[in-house]
Amino acid sequence: MIRSELVQAIAAANPQLTKEIVENLIDTIFGEITEALAANRRVELRGFGAFSTRARDARVGRNPRTGTSVSVSAKRVPYFKPGKELRERLNLS
Amino acid sequence: MADTGNAAGISADSATLTRAELADAVHAAIGLSRAECAGLVESVLDQVGDRLIAGENVKISSFGSFVLRRKGARVGRNPKTGVEVPIAPRTVLTFRPSQLLREQINRK
Repeated sequence: MIRSELVQAIAAANPQLTKEIVENLIDTIFGEITEALAANRRVELRGFGAFSTRARDARVGRNPRTGTSVSVSAKRVPYFKPGKELRERLNLS
Repeated sequence: MADTGNAAGISADSATLTRAELADAVHAAIGLSRAECAGLVESVLDQVGDRLIAGENVKISSFGSFVLRRKGARVGRNPKTGVEVPIAPRTVLTFRPSQLLREQINRK
């Protein structure tokens, strides 16, 4: 499923809403999660999962094509841990 | 940082974004009642979860992809006792953040 199909599914289940409202809904949800992570917060959605960020130290990387070393600065990377309920339901069948 | 709460009186933990705060943001964005917005947030999460449970990957452009990985059976070991235990084949869910999400998180 891709974003547009998610919008269609939610719009089909809520005929009282315009497609623009559903687009706005989806954008707001994922936008808020992004903003929270950017502000160094956690996102906890019980049953679904939790988003957080993990720190990565600066390191010396290498351009795989040329072999030249390049410095990669410290950064944070997004991480998602699926919730217990979702994890269990993925393994029922 | 001090917790200021919000108009709904939900005292948000400033370190954690939860369903209630998400529903509030949706309420501010689309103007439906808080209860309706809470229901819509839930239906979006349910829809994503249901597709994954049905065995489908879910890709949200400019956010990331929820990708299912099928793991084969293997013999594991209880690290404390050293006893071998069989681990059944299972499906695990991983999240691959989009390039845009990675950049947003590291913007200054």
